[in-house]
Amino acid sequence: MNNLRTTFQKLMLYPSAIVGVLVIIVLVVVAAYTMITIPYSEAITLWRGGEEVWYQNPRFAPPAWVNVFSNKKYSESFAVNTADGGIARNVTPGSDGVSTAEMTYEFDFDYDYYPQEMLIYFTSSFKEKQPFVSIELLTPDDRTIRIANFAIGNKFTYRFSQDPKLRAKLRAEEAIPALFSLPDSETLLKGKYKLIITGTTFEPDSNMEAEFVLHGQVYGLAGTDHARRDLTLPLLWGVPVALAFGLLASIGTSVLTMIIAAIGAWYADWVDELIQRITEINLVLPFFAILIMIGTFYSRSIWVILGATILLSIFTGAIKGYRAVFIQVKESMYIEAAKAYGASNSRIIFLYLIPRMIPLLIPSLVQSVPAFVFLEASLAVIGLGDPVLPTWGKIIQDANSNGALYKGYYYWVLEPAVLLMITGLGFAVLGFALDRIFNPRLRDV
Amino acid sequence: MSVTTHAPSEKLAIKKIATNNTFFRVSRYVGVRLLTLFITVVIGIYLTIVIANMGGYVDQIIRGEIRDSVTQSMAANQSAQQMDPEVRKKLIEDRIALEEKRRGLDTPIAVRNARYLVNALQLNLGRAINMTSDAGSKQVRLIILERLPATLLLMGTSQLFLFFSSVFIALSLSRSYGNFWDKLVITLSPTSAVPPWFYGIFLILIFAAGLRVLPFGGMVDSPPPSNTFDYAVSVLKHLTLPGLSLVLSSFFLSVYNYRTFFLIYSSEDYVDMAKAKGLPPRDIERTYILRPTLPTIITNFSLLIIGLWTGALFTETVFLWPGLGRTLFHAIGLYDVPIIVGSTIIYAYMLALTVFILDFVYAVVDPRVKIGE
Repeated sequence: MNNLRTTFQKLMLYPSAIVGVLVIIVLVVVAAYTMITIPYSEAITLWRGGEEVWYQNPRFAPPAWVNVFSNKKYSESFAVNTADGGIARNVTPGSDGVSTAEMTYEFDFDYDYYPQEMLIYFTSSFKEKQPFVSIELLTPDDRTIRIANFAIGNKFTYRFSQDPKLRAKLRAEEAIPALFSLPDSETLLKGKYKLIITGTTFEPDSNMEAEFVLHGQVYGLAGTDHARRDLTLPLLWGVPVALAFGLLASIGTSVLTMIIAAIGAWYADWVDELIQRITEINLVLPFFAILIMIGTFYSRSIWVILGATILLSIFTGAIKGYRAVFIQVKESMYIEAAKAYGASNSRIIFLYLIPRMIPLLIPSLVQSVPAFVFLEASLAVIGLGDPVLPTWGKIIQDANSNGALYKGYYYWVLEPAVLLMITGLGFAVLGFALDRIFNPRLRDV
Repeated sequence: MSVTTHAPSEKLAIKKIATNNTFFRVSRYVGVRLLTLFITVVIGIYLTIVIANMGGYVDQIIRGEIRDSVTQSMAANQSAQQMDPEVRKKLIEDRIALEEKRRGLDTPIAVRNARYLVNALQLNLGRAINMTSDAGSKQVRLIILERLPATLLLMGTSQLFLFFSSVFIALSLSRSYGNFWDKLVITLSPTSAVPPWFYGIFLILIFAAGLRVLPFGGMVDSPPPSNTFDYAVSVLKHLTLPGLSLVLSSFFLSVYNYRTFFLIYSSEDYVDMAKAKGLPPRDIERTYILRPTLPTIITNFSLLIIGLWTGALFTETVFLWPGLGRTLFHAIGLYDVPIIVGSTIIYAYMLALTVFILDFVYAVVDPRVKIGE
């Protein structure tokens, strides 16, 4: 306990170590928060979800906070519907079960770029006669643009940009910019716009709902990808995945390496010889190629890859280093004493040999975490990430395969990259400081 | 007189026994060492082959693919549609059997593995299953040779630059440790936790996407310039970013490690003695610091040289560099076992040979080391 405290005090002498510890604490908190607020199963459904989950979001939208740094404002996205009162509804009953509902929504448009798309999702219930809707847009300069009139089925989606009639009416190549401009010009018109949907139902029980979705140029805290997915989800879920993979792999590897080195050093003879030979064979095996083969042929599950990584990382150069120290420790007096009182082999190995090595183990354990975190990302980047889990590497891969850097969607690559970098460096600086504390030979130089 | 003096003949006999002993010791050592290394290579390659087949699991994938492609091509074939269903089925089965025979799937997996192993050990790399070289050959040897220059260019320039610059910078830092540059290197050394392809993404972002001064990837402009000078300039431009990212990712840690290593050696008494004698720093570096650290430096250097072979799989993939790493990655995607095994066996042989030769090199550069003791 006392030991731990002195170590901690020494650690606090290194500013970089403090930063590292803070980074790790923040990551752990975020990981816990993520796993509580977005449970695993929900995260998977959202991440694997298509249009039906993410229809409200624009594609390739940078995060909304880019507006803070930009003089020209990008339009933000929103979605409102009649079901929860987001769109005001005013119903006028008529005769013969006919009733007319006027649904209006007023919104500010104070941006310098046109939105990507506008859509209205209608759902309705009826027996025989389909409800009929007409859509109008009231502009800030008091023009009324009649958008469209049509009958709707049980489910109907109206896309403003896909309507050839609207384009013809506006005499424009593209409908959306024309709607938000002064007539027959390309000057953007800021101000309050009002969407008016007039719906008529022809049966007493007939009912209709509408949802108005505007896909802006920016979205949320992290932006969206090619499948309209909100990037906050994989960015948040990437934290527990990266931490779990990095920590499990490094703990598994270091602890197993140490145990095997201790066993080899203790039993000597053929056990030691065998371990040495296995280490040499492992040196010949192509590490990345084997991981890629397992990913390609067998399974891309993160657990399988984790297991293979640990197995291949046990018998490396580190085992020789540990072995050399164990052989020295083996000759110490207290081991002699243990032998004399008849301690069993396993007792000596696990209670006397290995605890002596903990100081050597901890720095190397912490230092090896970034390598494993980046290994997971590397595999994901070449397309061998876990097929179901949302991770940082997967975001980079999606971005790369969609030409994000080429097309200028920098946020898409930078967000996961910066998080990976912070995580990697956090562990690296802490491990570095620990190394200097536990290996006094390095401290002076 | 109690001083022992040997008669000349006696002296000679002792010397003879000694040389005999040395000869015996060295040759026994060479024999045992070669044998263990060979067994290591054999087991390593066999494991690679088994993994490349996933213990026969890949066969099922390939069988499925063959059946699929044969059935597809028959379905698309006009004349086959008028055939009697029985005849057509027989034809499909025959063609599947033929294709399986071509792939060697008709022989049991154990026999095939053994055949791969023996061929690979004889460096008889055989023919690729799906991949072809750009020149159109299916010979594994030619496919590898075609990609080798690209990898050697990228890895060679970056790794050699990295090695020599870090050794020399480390030497000068170790002489003046504690100064600003030294502290800078110490502070920056954790940046090596980040792999090269990752720096690559940032470099692409800055120099290719942002400033538009260097290309995003590839090895030469398309279409390639016709005159040699322009061609070289174009390759150099494409080389800059991947090379820089490879160097950047290991530079600081490499300098830090060498510097610490040199510092440990320069705190030896004989170095202080040399300083006290007033020897110039250059001589101290060369004779008293570099000399005893030579075995380690040589080991690092030779491992670096054989490391060139494997290429930089991820960096090559990110930069679309047509090297061996990317070829290996493609081969895996196409279940092309001969290329995977071919690439591994060459690496294994080079590694074994290097390990073997290094033992002798140690004995030459360090008089304290005796072979076989």
